[in-house]
Amino acid sequence: MGGVNVPPFERFYEEHRGVVLGMLAKRLGRERAEDAFQETFFRALRAYPKLRDGRNLRAWVLTIAANVATDEHRRTKLWSGVEVADLETVDERPGYAELRELTADLPPTERAAVVLRYGYDLDYARIGAVLGSSTEAARQAASSGVRRLRRKELS
Amino acid sequence: MSVSEDLDTRFREAAAAAGLIDAAFDLADTPIGTLLVAATDRGLCQISFDPDRGLDELSRKVGTRVLRVPRKLDPARRELDEYFEGRRTEFDLPLDIARVAEFNRVVLDELALVPYGQVTTYGALAAKVGRPRAARAVGVVMNRNPIPIVLPCHRVIGASGSLTGYGGGLHRKQALLELEGALLPSSN
Repeated sequence: MGGVNVPPFERFYEEHRGVVLGMLAKRLGRERAEDAFQETFFRALRAYPKLRDGRNLRAWVLTIAANVATDEHRRTKLWSGVEVADLETVDERPGYAELRELTADLPPTERAAVVLRYGYDLDYARIGAVLGSSTEAARQAASSGVRRLRRKELS
Repeated sequence: MSVSEDLDTRFREAAAAAGLIDAAFDLADTPIGTLLVAATDRGLCQISFDPDRGLDELSRKVGTRVLRVPRKLDPARRELDEYFEGRRTEFDLPLDIARVAEFNRVVLDELALVPYGQVTTYGALAAKVGRPRAARAVGVVMNRNPIPIVLPCHRVIGASGSLTGYGGGLHRKQALLELEGALLPSSN
């Protein structure tokens, strides 16, 4: 039932939530900090029963928050890489603009997978990395997006 | 940086919904003071007259992941309100007393049958569970009752008619019995 001096989670959360949100807001901006805040305390909850020592919980939770912020940065960086390519190559790839319109009604993940595959010719491993999923999941997203487009064309 | 009420509520409810907590609790304002009321997924598991100590006890008992999630205690708070307003004479809440020792559980099950507005004695309760000489042991079980009020240990008094004792203090026992009409105000 928890280690020595490990306080009830409620007290831990009440004591450190402000500093965690402040740190995340500095790293990610106020809006994105809210999701990261939840993720931080979810991770803390998952790890809490294994805590053996109730000291330095502030350092512990700030480390978790820093990891969440880093993950969040990594995700956005991949996305913003795509955005940059979008702007730079839009003139050279008129097909892309067309694809963008054609896929407007697809679910976001399928749309991204279709556009990246057929608009940018990215391989599935790379698309998976961008979407934060596996290569296979990226392949499936693209193929179900294409199927959906075909059905739309027929109807 | 202060956490908005909205973000705070979202986190608490999502944590409970995701099954990441051992128990949810809330505070309930009643005429006999602020109570800590706690429940696991199986049911109500604790009511404490001293919320601070109650929180530590809850954490030791069910696990450290205890979080205030008011919505999870809505039914319990509502029934307690009705009870204190005199509109409810029986509680209809699932209880979780899985962590209670066997003898204690048998005694608490029997205690649950003592009707609203009536009193019994430690000895009579002991006899009911087939241990007529165990009045003192029954007293200990009452003292450790994890869910007072709902499991009505306030309805158990000494053979001489004295209130004897109560985990929440005798003034609370007296107030509860007066509320139920089992005692005339300040008759003891």
